Amino acid sequence: MLKICGPKLSLCGLIISAWGIVQLVLMGIFYYVQSVGLAEDLSVMEENFETQEEFYAAADSAYQQNAYNCWIAACLYIFTLLISGQQFYQNSRNSLDA
Amino acid sequence: MGSLFRSEEMTLCQLFLQSEAAYACVSELGELGLVQFRDLNPDVNAFQRKFVNEVRRCDEMERKLRYLEKEIKKDNIPVTDTGENPEAPQPREMIDLEATFEKLENELREVNMNAESLKRNFLELTEVKHILRKTQVFFDEAAQGSLVSYPQMADPSREEEQVQLLGEEGMRAGGQAALKLGFVAGVILRERIPAFERMLWRACRGNVFLRQAEIETPLEDPTTGDEVYKSVFIIFFQGDQLKTRVRKICEGFRASLYPCRETPADRREMAMSVMTRIEDLNTVLGQTQDHRHRVLVAAAKNIKSWFIKVRKIKAIYHTLNLFNLDVTQKCLIAECWVPVLDMEAIQLALRRGTERSGSSVPPILNRMDTFEDPPTYNRTNKFTKAFQALVDAYGVANYREVNPAPYAIITFPFLFAVMFGDLGHGLIMFLFALYMVLKEKPLQAKKTDNEIWNIFFGGRYCLLLMGVFSMYTGIIYNDVFSISLNIFGSHWRNDYGKQLLMTHKDLTIDPKDSYLSTPYPVGLDPIWQIASNKIVFLNAFKMKVSIILGVAQMLFGVVLSLWNYRYFNKKLDIYLIFIPQVIFLCFLFLYMVILMFIKWVTYEANAMDDALKPTCAPSILITFINMVLFKPADKVAGCDPYMYGGQAGLQKLLVVVALLCVPWMLLAKPLYIMRNQKKAHLLLNNHVNAVEENGGAAHADLESGVQNAPAAQPPAHKPGSHEEEDPTELFIHSGIHTIEYVLGSVSHTASYLRLWALSLAHAQLSEVLWQMVMRLGLQAEGWLGGIMVFVMFAFWAVLTVSILVLMEGLSAFLHTLRLHWVEFQSKFYSGTGYNFSPFSFEVILDQAANSNDD
Repeated sequence: MLKICGPKLSLCGLIISAWGIVQLVLMGIFYYVQSVGLAEDLSVMEENFETQEEFYAAADSAYQQNAYNCWIAACLYIFTLLISGQQFYQNSRNSLDA
Repeated sequence: MGSLFRSEEMTLCQLFLQSEAAYACVSELGELGLVQFRDLNPDVNAFQRKFVNEVRRCDEMERKLRYLEKEIKKDNIPVTDTGENPEAPQPREMIDLEATFEKLENELREVNMNAESLKRNFLELTEVKHILRKTQVFFDEAAQGSLVSYPQMADPSREEEQVQLLGEEGMRAGGQAALKLGFVAGVILRERIPAFERMLWRACRGNVFLRQAEIETPLEDPTTGDEVYKSVFIIFFQGDQLKTRVRKICEGFRASLYPCRETPADRREMAMSVMTRIEDLNTVLGQTQDHRHRVLVAAAKNIKSWFIKVRKIKAIYHTLNLFNLDVTQKCLIAECWVPVLDMEAIQLALRRGTERSGSSVPPILNRMDTFEDPPTYNRTNKFTKAFQALVDAYGVANYREVNPAPYAIITFPFLFAVMFGDLGHGLIMFLFALYMVLKEKPLQAKKTDNEIWNIFFGGRYCLLLMGVFSMYTGIIYNDVFSISLNIFGSHWRNDYGKQLLMTHKDLTIDPKDSYLSTPYPVGLDPIWQIASNKIVFLNAFKMKVSIILGVAQMLFGVVLSLWNYRYFNKKLDIYLIFIPQVIFLCFLFLYMVILMFIKWVTYEANAMDDALKPTCAPSILITFINMVLFKPADKVAGCDPYMYGGQAGLQKLLVVVALLCVPWMLLAKPLYIMRNQKKAHLLLNNHVNAVEENGGAAHADLESGVQNAPAAQPPAHKPGSHEEEDPTELFIHSGIHTIEYVLGSVSHTASYLRLWALSLAHAQLSEVLWQMVMRLGLQAEGWLGGIMVFVMFAFWAVLTVSILVLMEGLSAFLHTLRLHWVEFQSKFYSGTGYNFSPFSFEVILDQAANSNDD
């Protein structure tokens, strides 16, 4: 297999990916259940609304969108986890051969 | 076993060793590593000692081994490290070892010398080969168009002359050798070519012709073994003078010149012979290399254990050099510090050593009395070692002084965590430390030179505790990467109508109606995360907590000093220093802490009494300042300026008593000592004829304050204890001490505010990082947001680890260290002792291995 990253970079990728998967999945869940603590990070918080219903509708969809975004990012991290894991394996095998 | 609360009890021992058994006994003691020998001949220089010859022989052996090791490394032969620890060999084995090393070294040197000369030969021959090959091209060119090529190199102004010279060549060839075109050929380093060319041109005024061609393959320098690139050159010139000049320049540039035949046939013949010689040389070189390799591989198997053996022998003789020789020359006398608890083990080791040496006379270990301060020996394990190291970095404890290390095991990670409170950051630190703790054995075996890694690894248990405590304070502050967790549901509710909420950005929630009157079960209510006055609230809370923790730690420090006074039997100091110190600290600062609790408990939003409403709560700081300045509390309409009845009177009393403690600390002790001195003098004057013992008894009476512990040495009348001291010195000393303590209490209390400041900075920094980086990803519109979150998370994660965990962690660590060293330890710890450094092979070998790696 192709070797792109060195041992250190692949280890770094592994750690960040694993961390990213755990944290982003959790954050996705929190957004999905509309956690107030994360409300400040919604884009709708900075806009002005005429009526309450409008605001709630916008906030609901923003919550949902952010939940999906977090899960998408988590999936991307699964992808990088696989790549860096493979690279790490490759590197460790190479170093054993040498 | 000894405890960590105080250093081990030590005793000075005299050791009589029979000359024959000394070596074996010292070797056993070195394996044990519990004895610190004293130098009994400090004024004898290193060359006049008894075993200087043996030490020198060991040095020589070590040098040979280092040479061997260097050669092994040069050939990239793996050194087998079996990890075994051979015992120090008998002295007679030293000769065998010496002979082995001598033989090996000579063999290796010879092989190397041969290889070098062979290589030099080889280099010369390859250079000649290249010269022949390249010059052939030049000559071929010259034969084809010499007349055309020559004018090209010449200066235009000389063109005519050149042409003429060449034209005349044929005519004068027989008569004038000077005019014959000569040449030299050689090889030079490629980077020297431009300078060489210029020099030739200048020195010979353009009268020589230089051709050069690069040798593509690098050649090996026989002395250094480096690969160097070289070029072949050939210089044509005319006349002897130019010839000498050219030769000198070549010499100056370290070019190697080789004779080159003039006729093509000769050259061909030469090339042939060179080729055959090169081939012969190659086979010989290969054989030499093989031989060298075999020798080194054999040596590599044993070199580690040889190193250990030689170092052990050297250490033993070094130690024997510290001993005194008995008058009869039959035995050696040593003096050593040993831990009292280990006397048994030492006796056993000595007996083993005697048996091994076959001597019949057992060694004698005698306890001695001394006035000297014994070394400080704290028995540590892998867990306590890091904390003891933190304490020792400030100063090694005096002998048997209270050791702050066991308390630091808890207070250090805790105070660190107060500044580093974040569940997420704590978790990162905890996981990292956990990895190091769980993989302890493999990581330990993998020795690295990476200093930073070694520091982290050495403090892994400290880091682990720091991580755990940070997670705890993170839960109390309710911070996970600056986001709060609402696990139990906030205990605040919203009482405003929806219409009002639509028109106002910020509204104040009154705790009277909106607070459920019971606190959030654990830590901070999550409602504060979205409150705009979060910092104001947290500052008030964290500042108070810092002061409370600070006063508690300082008070604990002062109490520890009581343990010191009691242990060292300084009754005087308990009454004249310890008690006023405690009173001073309690009456001013502990009182302030109590005020905080009173304020927390008394004032309430839905209190019946108007005077107990939150608006009436007085500021603790203002109250405290007014108290010290004897000012009445400021009156606010409708409020009671005091928290409880009789506060004004009590406060005045407290300040007055606390201030009275200052002269108590300052004057009481020197005055008391002076009075006793006078009394003693009077006594002496009255009984001039009395025997010494009387005075001595009087002294002992006075001295009760300075006597050593009964378990230790008998009362030591050290010169420089109280009686002999000058009264002015006493006053100055006590003045410094008092000022330090009084001012210190004020400034140290304020200093604990760093707990609040750093915790605020940490929380704010992590919030800013979240808002500036993570929010960029989270606020991105639509499905692109997923990719933005992916990218921004990576940035945020890297910044979190590098800035928040590493840099902030380091700063919190340093501040914690300072709080322990300055604020805590200054209350009881003098730290002017010296460490117990036993004679131990383990330490010596470790040191040698480390210095070797550098």
